[in-house]
Amino acid sequence: MYEHDVIVVGGGGAGLRAAIAAQEEGADVAIVTKLHPVRSHTGAAEGGINAALRDGDSWEDHAYDTMKGSDYLGDAPAIDTFAKTAPDEVIQLEHWGMPFSREDDGRVSQRPFGGLSFPRTTYAGAETGHHMLHTLYEQVVKRGIEVYDEWYVSELAVTDEDNPNDRECHGVVAWDVQSGEIAGFKASDSVILATGGIGQAFDHTTNAVANTGDGVAMAYRAGVPVEDMEMIQFHPTTLPSTGVLISEGVRGEGGILYNGEGERFMFEHGYATNDGELASRDVVSRAELTEINEGRGVDDEHIYLDMRHLGEERITDRLENILHLAEDFEGVNGLEEPMPVKPGQHYAMGGIETNEFGETCVSGLYAAGECACVSLHGANRLGGNALPELIVFGALAGRHAAGKEMADPLIETGPSDALEHDELSVPTGAPDGDAGVAEPATDGGAQGAVDTRAPTDVVADTATTEEERIEALLGREDGVNHADVRADLQQSMTENVNVFRTEDGLKQALADIQDARKRYQDVYVADKSRTFNTDLQHTIETRNLLDVAEMITIGALARDEFRGAHWRKEHQERKDDEWLKHTMVSWNDGDPDLWYRPVLLEGHDDTYEPKTRSY
Amino acid sequence: MSTKPSQSETETETDTEPATTGHQQRRLDDKRARADDRDEAAAQAETEFDGETVELKVFRYDPEIAGKEEPRFDTFTVPFETGMTVLDALIFARDSYDSSLTFRHSCRQAVCGSDAFFVNGSQRLGCQTQIEDLEWPVRVEPLPHSDVVKDLVVEMDHFYDQMESVDPFFDPDDLPDGELEEQRQSRQNRENIKLSTRCIWCGACMSSCNIAAGDNKYLGPAAINKAYRFYMDDREGSEKRQERLEIIEQEHGVWRCQTQFSCTDVCPKDIPLTEHIQELKREAVKENLKFW
Ligand SMILES: Cc1cc2nc3c(=O)[nH]c(=O)nc-3n(C[C@H](O)[C@H](O)[C@H](O)COP(=O)(O)OP(=O)(O)OC[C@H]3O[C@@H](n4cnc5c(N)ncnc54)[C@H](O)[C@@H]3O)c2cc1C
Ligand code: SF4
Ligand code: FES
Repeated sequence: MYEHDVIVVGGGGAGLRAAIAAQEEGADVAIVTKLHPVRSHTGAAEGGINAALRDGDSWEDHAYDTMKGSDYLGDAPAIDTFAKTAPDEVIQLEHWGMPFSREDDGRVSQRPFGGLSFPRTTYAGAETGHHMLHTLYEQVVKRGIEVYDEWYVSELAVTDEDNPNDRECHGVVAWDVQSGEIAGFKASDSVILATGGIGQAFDHTTNAVANTGDGVAMAYRAGVPVEDMEMIQFHPTTLPSTGVLISEGVRGEGGILYNGEGERFMFEHGYATNDGELASRDVVSRAELTEINEGRGVDDEHIYLDMRHLGEERITDRLENILHLAEDFEGVNGLEEPMPVKPGQHYAMGGIETNEFGETCVSGLYAAGECACVSLHGANRLGGNALPELIVFGALAGRHAAGKEMADPLIETGPSDALEHDELSVPTGAPDGDAGVAEPATDGGAQGAVDTRAPTDVVADTATTEEERIEALLGREDGVNHADVRADLQQSMTENVNVFRTEDGLKQALADIQDARKRYQDVYVADKSRTFNTDLQHTIETRNLLDVAEMITIGALARDEFRGAHWRKEHQERKDDEWLKHTMVSWNDGDPDLWYRPVLLEGHDDTYEPKTRSY
Repeated sequence: MSTKPSQSETETETDTEPATTGHQQRRLDDKRARADDRDEAAAQAETEFDGETVELKVFRYDPEIAGKEEPRFDTFTVPFETGMTVLDALIFARDSYDSSLTFRHSCRQAVCGSDAFFVNGSQRLGCQTQIEDLEWPVRVEPLPHSDVVKDLVVEMDHFYDQMESVDPFFDPDDLPDGELEEQRQSRQNRENIKLSTRCIWCGACMSSCNIAAGDNKYLGPAAINKAYRFYMDDREGSEKRQERLEIIEQEHGVWRCQTQFSCTDVCPKDIPLTEHIQELKREAVKENLKFW
C-alpha cells in the first residue's frame, strides 16, 4: 500500500494546481494519473483564460457576466470566489513563466471573447492550455512532487455508512498500467478528484479519448451526488470529420459564420442581432443546427467559418495553430478557404457536487476542475472560464485538503430529506447482478450503522474487491466487446441528448442505456496480459460512461424548461418559478434518486436578479 | 527488447534535403508523389469491404503472451475514408479485430504527444498523419531506439529523465511586488521563444537521433530545446541562466550534436531543433569567452 497525506487523482490543470497548493501547505502530495500529466486534455485548450486584470474592468463585472452566461443556474458564492481570485491566479501563472501573448508595453494581452462585457481573456497564442499545462507541470517538477503516471484509478476507498454524508474517503485503488500491479493508495488527509471531462459519452466531441468521466462515476458510486449533469455544452465550431475544435478565438478576432447560401445567419436570421458570432455557445450552436436542419447548411451537415478577411499577417500572428488544425485534420487551407464547422460535445458544466472549497459531502473527498460542479458555469459556461476555474478551485481544494483553515463555506452539499425529491418515470440504474462493479465498499451496512474499520482496512478491502473485479473480467473467456457497447451508447447520446432535446428522444436514450447496461454484464477482456492492458482499462472506462450517460439523461428529462445549454422541444422557455434549482442525482446503491437543490443567487456582496439572457 | 531499425526498415522515402526548406511544402510535394502509388496499391487490395481498403502492417510484441513474445507483424485490412489518420486506422483495427492491439493515444489532435510511432520508416504522430499521404500498405512500428513495453508502446522514462535533467522550470531573480503586477516581456522576446515552447514531449526527435542512439546519456534535442526555452526567455534569472548553460554544455550536452537535422525533420510541431542547439552552442562560446 502506498501512503501520502493528499492524493490527487489526475494531472491536468486542476490536479497540478491542487497538488502545488497542497504541497505549499506542507502536505506530502502524490498525483496519481492514468496519463502522464503533460498528456492531459488541458493541453488542448486554445482560446484563453478570463480574469479581470485591468483598469476599467472589475471582478464584479466578470462575476455578472458569468452569472448571466450561466442563465442564473450558477451559485453566487462560487461565482464571486471565482471572479475575485482569477486575477491573482493568472498573475501567478505569469510569475511561473507562462509564455502569454504580449502587448507593445510588455504586459499580458487580453482579447474579447463571447459573452464578456470587457476584453478580459488572456491567452498564449492559440495554445493557451498547452502552455498552462506545461507551466504547471514545470512547477510540479521543481517542487519534486511525486507523480504516479500511467496508474489508472479504478475505485475510491470509502466507508460504508448508510448516509453518504456520514461516509469518509481514505484513499483510492489504482493499477499500474505498465506492470498490472494493483495497489491501495492511502490518503491520510484527503483525496482530490481532478479527472476532467466526460466527452466520450458522445460520439462527436472535442474531448480526448481519455475523457471518460472516471472521477464523476467513482464519486457517484461512492454516494456523492452529481449536479446539473444535463448541462452539456456543445461547441459551435468543431471540424466535421474529427470533432477537433476551432477556437472561439477565431470569432473573437473577427471570424464570420456563413450558411450554405452565403448568409451571415447570426444577424440575417435574427439569432443574436447584437453580438452575432460572439453570442454564447449554446445560442450559436442551436443557430447552426437550425440552419442545417432547415436546409441552409452545406451538405446538410455543416456551415462555414471564414477568417480569410483577417489577412495572413494577423492570422499567422494570433491564430497560427488554427491553420495547422484545419490543414492536418480537415485538409483545408484557412487562408484560402472558409473552414467547415459544426457543433460538437465540448464541456460538462455539471459534475461532482462540491462547495466553494472543492469539498464533497463525503469527508476527505474533494473534486476540482471539469469533473466538479461547484456550480460556477450553471447552465452554460462562457469561453475562457474553464481554465481559470482549474487554477482557482484547484488551488482552493488543494489548500483545504491539506488542512488550511478557511472560512465556513456558503454552499451546502450532500443529500437531505428536507430538499425536494422527484420520481423517475422510466427504469434506470443497475440491472441485477451488475457485472464488473465493485460495490461492497458502499453497499450499505445496517441502518444507521457506523463503519468501524481502520482507514487502512478500508483501503485494503477496496483493493481486494477491485482485484476480484479485474480477475473476473480477465477470467471470462468469451462475451461482449466493450467497444460495441460504447459505440452504441455514444451514438444514442449524440442522437438523443444533443442541443435539441425531446421527451421521446430522452426516454429512448434511457432505454438504450438500460440495454447497454444489460449487455455490459457480459463484457469480457480478450487481452489476458498484465502488461499495458488497455483493453481492460477501456472496458472499465466504458462502465463509467454508462453511469455518466445515464445521469446526463436523467437530468435532461427532469428539467422541462429551456435554460442555457439545455433546450427542450416541448418547453421552449425558461421557467424561473419552477426551475431556479439544480438537478441532483444520487446513485443510491444502484437505484438512482433524483432531487433538487435551490440555486444560490445571494453572493458575498450582492444578490443577482435573473434577467433575460439576450445577446 | 529494443527496436533497432533493421535494414529494411531504413529504406524509406525520407528525404535528405536540408531542414531549412519549408516543412509544409515538403509534405505537400510528398503527398502528390505518393498519391499515384497509392491508387495502384488500393486497386489491388481485394477485400470483403465495398469501398477502398488500406492494409496496415503493425508490429506486435508482448512479453507475457505466448505467440507474442517474439516480435511479429500483424496485417489488418481497414476500410479507408477520406481524412482517415493512422491513429483512426489503428483504432478501427483494435475495436473491430483485435482488442489487444495496444498503443498510446488520447487527444487525437497533436497536442498530447502520446502517439509518436515509426510509420513507414519515419517518426510521426499517428493522429497527425493522413493515410492518404502515405505509401500503402502502411507499416506501423514502435519508436526506434526505445525499449518496447508492448506492441506500439515504448518505455518513456528515459525521455522524461532527460527532459527533467535540464531543470525545466522557470526561476526568475525577482518578481514585481505590486498587486497584480506581471513581469514585462517584449513581443520580440516572446517571439524568440515561441517555437521552443511548443514541444509536446512526443519523443520523436530523440528516437530519430543517431547520437542519442549511441550515447544514452546525451540530453537529446527535446531536453536541449527545453533548456533553450528558458535560457532565451528574458524573464529568466541570471544565476539560473548560468546554471542551465553549464548543464547543457556538459559532456553529453550540446556539443554532441552533429547537426544531422533528423530531429528537426521529424518534429511534429516544426520546432527548429537543430537551429536551437546551434544557437546554444554559440551562447556557450560567447559565455566562455567572457571568462577568458
Ligand atoms: C479542445 C478544447 C478547447 C478548450 N479551450 C478552452 C479555452 O480556451 N478556455 C477555457 O477556459 N477552457 C477551454 N476548454 C475547457 C478546458 O480546457 C477543460 O475544461 C479543462 O482543461 C479540464 O481540465 P481538468 O484538469 O479538469 O482535466 P484534464 O486536463 O482533462 O485532466 C484530467 C486528468 O485526469 C486524469 N484521469 C482521468 N481519469 C483518471 C483515472 N481513472 N485514474 C487516474 N487518472 C485519471 C487524466 O490522466 C488527466 O491527467 C477547452 C476544452 C477543449 C476540449
Ligand atoms: S521537440 Fe518536437 S519531436 Fe521532440 S519531443 Fe518535442 S514535439 Fe516531439
Ligand atoms: S493522440 Fe495526442 S498527439 Fe496524437
